[in-house]
Amino acid sequence: MGRGQSLPGAAPSWQPTATRQVLEGRARQLDWVRGFFAQRGVLEVETPVLGQCGITDVNIDCIAAAPQPVAGWTHSTGWLQTSPEYHMKRLLAAGSGSIYQVSHVFRNGERGRRHNPEFSLLEWYRPGWNDEQLMDEVAALVCGWLGAPEPERMSYRQLMRAHAGLDPMTADLPELRNACYSLTGDAALVDQLDRDSCLDLVMSFRVEPALGFDRPVFVTRYPASQAALARISEEDGCPVAHRFELYVQGIELCNGYWELTDADEQRQRFEADNARRRELGKPEMPVDERLLAALEAGLPECAGVALGLDRLLMLKCGVDDISEVLAFPAERS
Amino acid sequence: MASYSTNEFRGGLKVLLDGDPCVILENEFVKPGKGQAFNRVKLRNLMTNRVWERTFKSGESLEAADVMDQDMEYLYTDGEFWHFMKTDGSFEQYPADAKAVGDTVKWLKEQDVYTVTLYNGAPLSVTPPNFVELEVVETDPGMKGDTAQGGSKPATLTTGAVVQVPLFISIGEVLKVDTRTGEYVNRVKS
Repeated sequence: MGRGQSLPGAAPSWQPTATRQVLEGRARQLDWVRGFFAQRGVLEVETPVLGQCGITDVNIDCIAAAPQPVAGWTHSTGWLQTSPEYHMKRLLAAGSGSIYQVSHVFRNGERGRRHNPEFSLLEWYRPGWNDEQLMDEVAALVCGWLGAPEPERMSYRQLMRAHAGLDPMTADLPELRNACYSLTGDAALVDQLDRDSCLDLVMSFRVEPALGFDRPVFVTRYPASQAALARISEEDGCPVAHRFELYVQGIELCNGYWELTDADEQRQRFEADNARRRELGKPEMPVDERLLAALEAGLPECAGVALGLDRLLMLKCGVDDISEVLAFPAERS
Repeated sequence: MASYSTNEFRGGLKVLLDGDPCVILENEFVKPGKGQAFNRVKLRNLMTNRVWERTFKSGESLEAADVMDQDMEYLYTDGEFWHFMKTDGSFEQYPADAKAVGDTVKWLKEQDVYTVTLYNGAPLSVTPPNFVELEVVETDPGMKGDTAQGGSKPATLTTGAVVQVPLFISIGEVLKVDTRTGEYVNRVKS
């Protein structure tokens, strides 16, 4: 129920949606995470939650804030951060070494059984590592905490072929739209979908719900068009992104990259995002020049990953709705 | 009229889809972290009562449907329309046609209060209360002493509805009936 209403007989809306037991689980999870990184010599850092820049990602919308101008921040817009990535990369460029952060991040309009507009994210970076090495560490953290078996690694292409009978690297738009039509029966919707939106639909309607039930699974080697901030290389004649996600019992837990360090390439991707935003009638986002300056100064070769702590807790507690692990979801905040 | 974005969809919300008023039953938000977000929505078409499943790109909106539920007293029928009156003291009357009244016709008793769903100000459907009390106008003669034995027989009520009743029920008795199942509940002392 939204808007502060409650059903007759339902708990009044001032009350938390998580039980005391789950709150204890959350506190223990945080202890586990901090112990894990302390043992490995990774430094905990804090970076701004409110920044002068947001992100250009086409499918992630920032929540705007309206701060009063202060010295050095003279425009009256600000953005709640969708991830601490840019600030943390600036720390890396400044020579921080391995770092991690637990922070609250914000994604506009995202609310569902696995989404809340404000959520708790664990993000960390490992200079000198690649995506394969970082997956090992993610597995140690997640499976150690959940008591889950060692994850398997499957490429995006393998999984799409196996679960949807589609080759995401070579299928053309009509074929992809057909697949979406057979999943939704909705011709009006399917006609407005571009290639990547079709892939996202097939992935989230057909593939994801089947992933990670026997054992957790890393999805690796994303199509280059979905690289975001990952570096790209060639594999079997197709460009693939060094990006990975971990799925446990159908739940997407994290997103990691062997990070792009090339400032020019990064600027081009930001500009391509904004061009796509214009086409979709979405507001363009200011490009974070301080991040680009840091990349120019030299971001060390590194791998990084962001992991949703609320979803990890859902898995630990065996619950199906994120509300059950949040003291107060958006509508009760 | 206002419109609602998929982000605002929740159970009970009334929207227009393909020109028909619908009520949202379920709304599931699905989004790969970096990818396109979708809402998988289940709606009941209030014109046909059929359940539709539709998928929207998140952030799309649907126009709100001017649909509201009102308590109204049933007055009479002229054969073509069934006339209802608001219970708020305004004495405003609304004629509902056979399509709007639907199966509820067999539970309509003058002066009882029903939920009339209005769409653009006109009755779209009529919902009876969960229980109504109606008199038996026709049934086989009551059989005394059969109370414990079970068994049933059909009884016709004032509205024309036929319900299965225990054998001891006789003409002229008032019965409480569950309109959701069409089943006899008990006798009402008059």
